[in-house]
Amino acid sequence: MRSLHTPVLRTQILLSVFFIILCLGFLFPIYALVLASFRPGRDLIRFGITAKTLVPKDLTLDFLVNLFTTKNGAYLVWFRNSMFIVIVQTSLSLLFCSMVGYGLGIYEFRGKKLILSLMLLVMMVPLQILILPLYRFLIAMKSMNTFQGIMFPFIVSPFAIFFFRQYVIGIPTDFIDAGRIDGLSEGGIYFRIMAPLMTPAFGAMAILGALQSWNNFLWPLIVMRTGNMFTIPVGLATLLTPYGNNYDMLISGSVMATIPIILIFFIFQRYFIAGLTTGGIKG
Amino acid sequence: MRRSIGSGRFAPYLFVLPFIVSFLAFYLYPLVSTIIMSFQDILPGQTHFIGLLNYQRLKNPFMYTAIWNSFRYTVFTIAVLIPIPVLLAVMLNNPGNPANSVFRGALFIPTLVSVVVAGTIIRLLFAASPLAIVNSLLSPFGVKPMDWLVGNASSAMFLLVGMATWRWTGVNIVYFLSGLQNIPRELYEAASIDGASAWYKLFRVTIPLLKPTIIFVTTISVFGGFAMFEESYILWSGNSGGGSPNNVGLTMVGYIYLKGFQGGAMGLGSAIGLILLLIVFAVSLLQLNLFGFFKREEQ
Repeated sequence: MRSLHTPVLRTQILLSVFFIILCLGFLFPIYALVLASFRPGRDLIRFGITAKTLVPKDLTLDFLVNLFTTKNGAYLVWFRNSMFIVIVQTSLSLLFCSMVGYGLGIYEFRGKKLILSLMLLVMMVPLQILILPLYRFLIAMKSMNTFQGIMFPFIVSPFAIFFFRQYVIGIPTDFIDAGRIDGLSEGGIYFRIMAPLMTPAFGAMAILGALQSWNNFLWPLIVMRTGNMFTIPVGLATLLTPYGNNYDMLISGSVMATIPIILIFFIFQRYFIAGLTTGGIKG
Repeated sequence: MRRSIGSGRFAPYLFVLPFIVSFLAFYLYPLVSTIIMSFQDILPGQTHFIGLLNYQRLKNPFMYTAIWNSFRYTVFTIAVLIPIPVLLAVMLNNPGNPANSVFRGALFIPTLVSVVVAGTIIRLLFAASPLAIVNSLLSPFGVKPMDWLVGNASSAMFLLVGMATWRWTGVNIVYFLSGLQNIPRELYEAASIDGASAWYKLFRVTIPLLKPTIIFVTTISVFGGFAMFEESYILWSGNSGGGSPNNVGLTMVGYIYLKGFQGGAMGLGSAIGLILLLIVFAVSLLQLNLFGFFKREEQ
């Protein structure tokens, strides 16, 4: 037994050492960012992240205080805008996508095949090429620089619909029949019986949808025109100029935009992975 | 018939209504309108058809550069982000080691970082100063301090691909791990009994059976690669790659942004978008053909 066991164990130790080094490498940039937030921005502009930056020393939380006071609390405004968009967009997206996914998973009806193929078509067209006509559309609708302008075009996502549909198909139809016997309407069956059974699917899509919405950059960059409407990524991007003391705000703002997400990931890791592998979503 | 046919005749349509509305307003309408716009000259207050003039205007060196950069970026990211995550997933696919889920989680974390923050970190790590960490780590090996971002085109492309590798390795590992879990363990046991080496198992069992996942990841990478823009925008401060050496950061979507939004030439921008659409379709079809995707469907 021993002779068989030892090489296996050795391989496993070697693999573990390899992965520990690899993971440290992958986490290093985030470590560097966090430590950079303790350095004066003017040094970062001149030298970038240096060896000195990476030694944890003189760690104070001043940067957090400064973050919320510089530029008349602009960061607080961006943070609020981002939060508002994430909450409203994710809630509406969950409501609508779960309804459509449920409808496509439960019912047989004329036009169902057509809708499924249209969804595939939507996934085949890079959204980036629709940005120009959507921009014109928003101007015509007088929705530039508004929250609805940012949120509405991307609330109904075919990926999320497919994910909910897959989940619904796995739920036994007995529940629906029981609801019908009890005299519930179709809508009642959905909201009172089926939706609660779909909680894990809602969890997975909430997490992924919120992450995408929080980090969304290109569309908010185009829609939001004034500083009081910026989201965090758009606001941070405006600070990427080597002038003034912008880098203090840029780095601490980046830390504040990232660390909460990482904590949430650790709590809901299971949902993240489930959402990715069944829904097939990227970025 | 597994599913009960709905008692309410209209209920199914009410459920799918959000998709129909959203499809008409935010996909079909913009798609049709961008096709029409590509044949128009659009000026404030007056819009007129100019035939194929926008497309003829695109026969210029900037457009060729943009296509070439998007193409190279796509090829490089696929060349890195398929084989490496496949290997890492194979190594992590061992339920005997509880640390593996920790490793998987750690490698996934960069995915959570927004493109703006990721670009900022890359800019600071690869800063031009000799004191910046990457330059100072390389100097003992005789590498002279470099201006990675604007110094030369290859180091700039290296940063773009490196950033993609950092951000997407973890996601692709998750995809490949879920693909690996569908491979029956008996196949490996049978191969072991036949005395197959680890390499033999990798190339004769794992990779062939992982093909559907590899096709899926390659397809989304083609779409993601050709649509790349934000990374350039952040690394070169909103110049659409214009500030990058030899315009190496100028991608097709960057060119749409440059012409359509910054230059106000929305007709021309639409034409670039449609060419991008055709290229992405052509490359995906070619790629699926190479993988024998359609042959499998016929059988």
